[in-house]
Amino acid sequence: MEQSIFKFIFRYSMRQQVLLLVFTGVSLPFLYMSMDLPKTIINEAIGGGEGPRQLFDRPLDQVQYLMVLCFTFLALVLVNGGFKYWINVYKGQMGERMLRRLRYLLYGRVLRFPMPHFRKTSQGELISMITGEVEPLGGFIGDALALPAFQGGTLLTILTFIMVQDPFLGIAAISLYPVQMYVIPKLQRRVNLLGKERVKAVRRLSERIGETVAGIQEVHANDTSELERADFARRVGEIFEIRYQIYRKKFFIKFLNNFIAQVTPFLFYSIGGYLVIKGQLSFGALVAVLAAYKDLASPWKELLSYYQLMADSQIKYDQLIEQFQPADMLTDEQQQPMDAAPLPLEGPIIATNVTLEEDGGIKVVEGATFSVDSRATVALAGVSGGGRSGLAQVIARLLRPTGGLIKIGAHNLATLPEGVTGQRLAYVGPNAHLFSASVRDNLYYGLKHKVVREPDYEGEALAVRERYVSEAEAAGNTTSDPGADWIDLAAAGVEDTAALADRAIETLTAVDLDRDIYNLGLLGTIDPVGKPDLAARILEARELLHRRLDETGAGDLVEAFDVDRYNTNMSVAENLLFGTPIGDEFDFDRMAQNAYVQKILADTGLAGEFLRTGLKVATIMLDLFQDLPPDHEFFDRYSFIGSDDLPDVQACVRRAETSGLDSLGEDDRSLLMSLPFKLIPARHRLGLVDAELSARLLDARQQFAAGLPDDLRPSVAFFHQEEYNAAASVQDNILFGKLVYGRRQSQSQVGALIAEVIDSLDLRRAVMEIGLDYQVGIGGSRMSVGQRQKLALARSLLKRPDLMVIDQATDALDPGTQALVMDNLFKARDRCGLIWVLNRPDLADRFERALVMDSGKVVAQGTVEELRREGGALNDAAGGA
Amino acid sequence: MEFGDTVKVLRVIPLFAKLDPTKIKLIAFASEYLTVEDGEELFHEGDQADGVYLIDAGTAEIWLSAEDAEVLVGELSDHDVIGEMAIFRNEPRSATIRARGTLKVLRVDADMFLSVVTQNADAALSVMRILSEKLALAADRERELANRINELEAT
Repeated sequence: MEQSIFKFIFRYSMRQQVLLLVFTGVSLPFLYMSMDLPKTIINEAIGGGEGPRQLFDRPLDQVQYLMVLCFTFLALVLVNGGFKYWINVYKGQMGERMLRRLRYLLYGRVLRFPMPHFRKTSQGELISMITGEVEPLGGFIGDALALPAFQGGTLLTILTFIMVQDPFLGIAAISLYPVQMYVIPKLQRRVNLLGKERVKAVRRLSERIGETVAGIQEVHANDTSELERADFARRVGEIFEIRYQIYRKKFFIKFLNNFIAQVTPFLFYSIGGYLVIKGQLSFGALVAVLAAYKDLASPWKELLSYYQLMADSQIKYDQLIEQFQPADMLTDEQQQPMDAAPLPLEGPIIATNVTLEEDGGIKVVEGATFSVDSRATVALAGVSGGGRSGLAQVIARLLRPTGGLIKIGAHNLATLPEGVTGQRLAYVGPNAHLFSASVRDNLYYGLKHKVVREPDYEGEALAVRERYVSEAEAAGNTTSDPGADWIDLAAAGVEDTAALADRAIETLTAVDLDRDIYNLGLLGTIDPVGKPDLAARILEARELLHRRLDETGAGDLVEAFDVDRYNTNMSVAENLLFGTPIGDEFDFDRMAQNAYVQKILADTGLAGEFLRTGLKVATIMLDLFQDLPPDHEFFDRYSFIGSDDLPDVQACVRRAETSGLDSLGEDDRSLLMSLPFKLIPARHRLGLVDAELSARLLDARQQFAAGLPDDLRPSVAFFHQEEYNAAASVQDNILFGKLVYGRRQSQSQVGALIAEVIDSLDLRRAVMEIGLDYQVGIGGSRMSVGQRQKLALARSLLKRPDLMVIDQATDALDPGTQALVMDNLFKARDRCGLIWVLNRPDLADRFERALVMDSGKVVAQGTVEELRREGGALNDAAGGA
Repeated sequence: MEFGDTVKVLRVIPLFAKLDPTKIKLIAFASEYLTVEDGEELFHEGDQADGVYLIDAGTAEIWLSAEDAEVLVGELSDHDVIGEMAIFRNEPRSATIRARGTLKVLRVDADMFLSVVTQNADAALSVMRILSEKLALAADRERELANRINELEAT
């Protein structure tokens, strides 16, 4: 990268800067004219007596002359404004482009950092550098040449004007400039040093915040929030001190500037006044010079503050650059997209004296020398910390050896482009990362190396795209379209996307994740408008399921939705709504507060019934829960009333008992009326929802649906026997009812029947595709660690590498599943080599060869059989595990 | 079964007989009343233990897996408690329970059961009595088996 900000500016914006300078130059004469013209207007048009004037050889009377000059003045004002506008916009555009370029360059370097560098540079620091710290640089880059040129030019113009009036006073006006030019930089240097300190302190602060967020669990688990607060306070205190120093120095500079600026008028008044009194200078000239001097002050001030900004920006740039050039980065070429698919890596992996040294001279791998076929299955065994993982990452070229040489066939791994290593090698570590996207996106992540097919833009979209491309080029950014099709089907060995989905499901099956994805699919939703066929088939499944339930005599395990029957396995709220709420409007927990629901209850005469039932529920709850300590978990799990609300309910019940339900206030009424909504007759068995109340609730259900105003319609998806419910999951759409309470086997039996129905209608594949759209959350947080590991394995398998390096990547799985996944991978690997860092060497018998590591050294190598026979290292490792 | 009836059932089960009425009502409210049809399993050996079952009506068979077959080792009937050992030991189910005829049970959640037993001396004593009886029964069996082995060896 360019070592100074000016080099960076010249390299990437020379043309624009020159254009800006030219424009600034062109604008100056107009500025001069606009300053000169008022004098002519006053002296010649208004003053200077009556009589005709000459303008470009045309005679004009006094008023005409005045008007012509005035309109010329107005035109000049417009021209000057126009110049200013254009220059500012152009400057802004250029600055933003350069900022975009700078950020892009820095981010590109982050992508090329050697992996160990991330142990020294925190996420927080990088984020604060690329987002916040570079921001002001954009502004400066726009001003870098134009501002000094413009303000300098303005200064010179005004100065010329003064000189023409009186050279002596002109010199007087700038007499103290040399003093300022000498003193200010000296003071500024100290401010600069403090500025550097400040940047570093802020960086450390963001690092600290990042650490707190990452370790938030430990903070809670160890009650160390006060310690963290204290540390944070110290850091912001440090920043305060630095800034305070900066302010003091900065404002002192300002004070000095202002003082010096006022010394000059002092000279004018004293010396100039003396000369006027002595008759050596005309009074008019002194006034004109004083006026001109006032105009000088503004550009001079601008120049001085530009100087400060320049110094500041240089520091910021230097400090940024410093952080973005670690030794041993990948070269830019190594990360460029490949023109053609890379050839397979063939031949043996030959390591010669490979050493991997960490900061501080710790040798993770020391002098490893071995040779194995890259298509063989190799167990990498040894005790934890013995260098297995380091060596695995060297073989996958995630780390480059600090000494020695590692080759695959004829290729030196260290210098291969990432297009080869990233496509022909695969690595899955113990903490494989998932991106916040769908399962499918994560699975296909290893197939997206470059744009495969541009989308077809038309009309407006095409214009937007073209503008994007030209701007991206102007800022040196890639023009690749993230919205394009990036999936390299050939890499996965398939012809089209349908075949890819097949392959994806195959690999998910190999890593034992197919059932999970299937279950996620059952819990997923689909858009029946976009996929009418699928919706129709799911409706078919609904019908078939209910038929099968009857045929198998399991009909009593599900209470189907029936608009004309009260469902005793649903809550009162669910029965009333008889549909799936969309959004918060009809949220079951807050249904009692809903104005429309209240209206329906009043219209159907149920309000009084709800009040009475609510009182009964409240009494029962008080009886059951009032003796429990307030924070007892049973409140959450069983009670209709939270422990915080218990005293209110108690008071409310007392009021109801003493003065009757009718005399209750509004708050009490709504409190009691909210309780019956939660009753599920089959679950709670309180006998409060009897046949009569059920019938009346059914009536309310009909009225609720019939009278629903248009604006509330989007808030609920009603249950219809013949319709797909877009708000409900696929499973609920098939079930179209509630599992009954009190039947031990209902869940498993009905689950099995649903599976049977799905298979008989050939829907399994479709359900799995819905599961593929499941969003995994930030860092895959919505999946278990085991699921994440499995998905990461599937991701590697899908891209069909020549060699897979698996580094303890099945550790989160139980032993049985570990062995199963391993067996499946052995079957699915085709010709792909496997290097597996084993935590359980008893699994080593599946492998052809083994490397045993201890203290960074390869202590044994050979076929597994040989090593087993010899005893020693492999067996020791097995024993130690 | 209605809430009120559940309370009555709990009252006659020795384990809960001496609890105060509020506690019994709380258990009744938090419990599930389950019906297990003839031949269906209540739970299977090796399942996670998540609750205790109290038989209201019917017969439950206890099956242990041995080699490739299952062996019927006992049966339980009205008011018996099932599955408390796995809860105390925090281990998977040690046997499979299957219904003979229609079995009706109350399921009390593990946490609820433990909180009742640990907070009430009488309930704790009842549990100890039940466990002691099971222990005595097991000891009898062991003695019987040992005798039989001796007899077999003697012949």
